[in-house]
Amino acid sequence: MLGDYTPDQLLSIFAMQGFAGLILFSVFVLMALGLAIIFGQMGVINMAHGEFMILGAYTTFLTSKLFALYLPALFPIYFFVAMILAFIAAGALGMLVEWALIRHLYRRPLDTLLATWGLSLILQQTYRSVFGAREVGVELPQWTMGAVSLTDTIEVPINGIFVMVLTLLITAAVGLLMYRSGWGRKVRAVVQNRTMAGAVGIDTEKVDRMTFGIGCGIAGVAGSAFTMIGSTGPTSGQLYIVDTFLVVVFGGAQSLLGTIASAFTISQTRSTLEFFTSGSMAQVVTLLGVVIILMLRPQGLFALKVRR
Amino acid sequence: MPSAPAPATGPAASPAARDESTLFDTKEWLAFALVAAVILVVFPLCLDAFRLNLVGKYLTYAYVALGLVLCWGFGGILSLGQGVFFGLGGYCIAMFLKLEASSAANTKIQSTPGIPDFMDWNQITALPWMWQPFHSLPFALLAVVLVPVLVAFVIGAAMFKRRVGGVYFAIITQAVAAIATILIVGQQGYTGGINGITDLRTLHGWDIRQDGAKEMLYFVNAGLLIGCILLAQFVKRSKFGRILVAMRGKEDRVRFSGYNVANFKIFVFCLAAAFAAVGGAMFTLQVGFMSPSFVGIVPSIEMVIYAAVGGRTSIFGAIWGTLLVNYAKTSLSESFPQLWLFGLGALYIGVVMLFPDGLAGLWNSHAQPTLDRLLGRRPTPAVQGPASGATQPATLPPQTAAE
Repeated sequence: MLGDYTPDQLLSIFAMQGFAGLILFSVFVLMALGLAIIFGQMGVINMAHGEFMILGAYTTFLTSKLFALYLPALFPIYFFVAMILAFIAAGALGMLVEWALIRHLYRRPLDTLLATWGLSLILQQTYRSVFGAREVGVELPQWTMGAVSLTDTIEVPINGIFVMVLTLLITAAVGLLMYRSGWGRKVRAVVQNRTMAGAVGIDTEKVDRMTFGIGCGIAGVAGSAFTMIGSTGPTSGQLYIVDTFLVVVFGGAQSLLGTIASAFTISQTRSTLEFFTSGSMAQVVTLLGVVIILMLRPQGLFALKVRR
Repeated sequence: MPSAPAPATGPAASPAARDESTLFDTKEWLAFALVAAVILVVFPLCLDAFRLNLVGKYLTYAYVALGLVLCWGFGGILSLGQGVFFGLGGYCIAMFLKLEASSAANTKIQSTPGIPDFMDWNQITALPWMWQPFHSLPFALLAVVLVPVLVAFVIGAAMFKRRVGGVYFAIITQAVAAIATILIVGQQGYTGGINGITDLRTLHGWDIRQDGAKEMLYFVNAGLLIGCILLAQFVKRSKFGRILVAMRGKEDRVRFSGYNVANFKIFVFCLAAAFAAVGGAMFTLQVGFMSPSFVGIVPSIEMVIYAAVGGRTSIFGAIWGTLLVNYAKTSLSESFPQLWLFGLGALYIGVVMLFPDGLAGLWNSHAQPTLDRLLGRRPTPAVQGPASGATQPATLPPQTAAE
């Protein structure tokens, strides 16, 4: 099937599909970062992670409406305000959930899975009751429209570039937070040895709550970024949750670098395959590949070598 | 005999119930008789044909819940992919029925007569190879059990031999459920796509759509379910059941005692898959179609709640839990569709946070002592020794006396 195209066309196809893959990569990374913090560091399965993302998306939607109504002059920059609001909304809900639900279940990971699934059903129905069952789209500021032409055949949409830059910045921020800040040190200490961390004076309960809150907050920002490239519905989050879990597990659950590498591999494979087969087959082949690799190498790509 | 941890963690595993010479102890006899009487006598007598068919549909889910009790309740292995096995079993029998319904005489208006209608719509002109053997009923019946068991064996062997378990296993099985749905929906010409395999008519010339046939199928279904309950009970009472519970508690200790933990896990996972598959096949026969909406992530995880509501370690609780949740679903989602999802979500949270032993736990801690008092009997757990006291308030008097 490759023979039908000239080398030039093939190059453009790979470049364009590669770029589409990069946008998918950005969404995966943003979602997986929050999950990697919660699942990788705390060992908690948060099935409602997609719904926290959608909360961010709806927050962005509301902010855009408010700006369009009351502050039309500032509309071009509403997105930055929306992102902060999305972080706060999702983070606050996350901390509430941790306090009410998760902290009672740290010793029963499978039960956490079921409880957060219940939470995700409740959140979905809440969104449906409040915002309606139909998908909503966010009105984008003028400057994010259009595309940059690199060559005659290769065009890159601006909103895609924006999402990617955003992903880079957030990833860098999370990396700094985890490996260069006092809070990150506390989180890693609690993960490695909860009892000892408590003994040296770290308030482990507070660290847990903050960690969960920040993981959910990042999901909210992911949802905010998601509105730039797709529309939002009550069940949009569920579409991504399996892929995201696989990204985190495939990367090796406790490694941020692994998460990024696996998000890159999965998204690039999928978008390249998508061009040559149908979308659903591309997804099947990619997921199947990941599952088979995980069966052969259950610890994922980048495993942290620890004694258990 | 290794000193495996006493299986006194769940109410279904009280130590005195460990006499291996019989299949049931007295309490279990009563519970079994109650289940059998209700599904074999009370439902057929009290319900009209439509409602009976509906209950029959619920009971097909009970097979899945039963499998989950063994796999998750006793073995501690949570599979979020039981819908895949339910679906595989259902699809195997649906393929046979569809081929019978698409005889050349029935499909002569198609451009290629003799193949299922959805293949004709998708410009497929010959029957694909994987459909060919499903012309034979014995093959289809064997495939109902063997195909899902084979899939479960491959997944189980790959995962458990490498000591993958817990949440990782749950996530992988969930991914398998996602893959299966996407595949079935995407390959419309071979599987019927999102609509599934519909318009099934006869089983060897016997019209399964008539009321009489449906009633007959209800009894076949109920009989098979009782057979599965007996099998599950046998597994529970056998040495295998004890090793399962021991594995759930302290896997390493069982391994160091010389047992091959992986093989036990693979076996119980395959057994759960076989139960689910029989349920799926009975579903297809009674309801008359099979579709990917019973395969994916959402239905698979919903099946877990049936077992959880009944009590994850209670074989009989699984049946009641399934009936109760499905009855609530049907009646609530008819009148208040919004309320149902809230209710289901709250059920997941409630069953985890408030009553992790489900209906069976509530029965053991509340109804049973009251019943004993009313009948003027000594509280039964007291005779069974203090080991079960942790979960059963009926033994509180001796304990408080000791304090």
